[in-house]
Amino acid sequence: MMPELGKYAVEVLSAYAVSLLLLAVLVLWTLRRGRAARATLDAAEKEAGRHG
Amino acid sequence: MSIWSYANPVKFLTLSARVQPVLWVLSLACVATGLIWGFFGTPQDYRQGATVKIIYLHVPAALMAINAWFMMLVASLIWLIRRHHVSALAAKAAAPVGVVMTVIALLTGAIWGQPMWGTWWAWDPRLTSFLILFLFYLGYIALWEAIEDPDTAADLTSVLCLVGSVFAVLSRYAVQFWNQGLHQGTSVPVATGGRSVDDVFFYPLVICMIGFGLLFVALVFYRTGTEIRLRRAAALRARAGRAA
Repeated sequence: MMPELGKYAVEVLSAYAVSLLLLAVLVLWTLRRGRAARATLDAAEKEAGRHG
Repeated sequence: MSIWSYANPVKFLTLSARVQPVLWVLSLACVATGLIWGFFGTPQDYRQGATVKIIYLHVPAALMAINAWFMMLVASLIWLIRRHHVSALAAKAAAPVGVVMTVIALLTGAIWGQPMWGTWWAWDPRLTSFLILFLFYLGYIALWEAIEDPDTAADLTSVLCLVGSVFAVLSRYAVQFWNQGLHQGTSVPVATGGRSVDDVFFYPLVICMIGFGLLFVALVFYRTGTEIRLRRAAALRARAGRAA
């Protein structure tokens, strides 16, 4: 149930929306970059293995 | 076992893999609990109305924006003194997290300030030093990206981090130093133990602060692992290039 925010509803909701969006983008970007780094390292290790 | 053994990338990754699940679960649980409690379970302030609910985002984000820089400072000093690569990569990994925390603190502060102070922004000592800290974060990240040799980049960014620490300190203590401007003093002074926040707002705020702190640690562990893997991949490719 939505709490009563009175005349400051826009301010409070926009503060929560922008903050949660930024945190979500940060976490998702971090996880995506981590997965890409693992794939890059796997490929580099395979390549190094081929070169002995 | 000495703490310096974790300067070994393999040992760091092993430790990181072990603690990360706990950190992620605890941080998300604390952030969710604190924000839901603060948003749905606390009353309006008699003066600030519902805008008091912004405290659960603004204060933890500002706290972590400053503490992230101090963590980078410690890691940078370890790099400069002991030349442990993991510490330089940890500092690099923390910077984007710190910059996001700084942006959240600046934006929520502006959104909160407009109805309370009648302005989105003022050249107040605390706000200004915080804006300069934000610019230092951008400069720090840009410097890492601009320099090809990783050791040179680590050296120069460490020096930049030392210089920027002045503004991290000012961001925290500007109100006490100058005793002027719109921004109030800290709501939860850890050193003195006294506080200007009522219990009904304080407890969810503390949970949010713990949650943001744990989220920062989880993100830095994960991102440092990413940096180690990218550095290892670059080294392997360079070695293969020389052999070919």
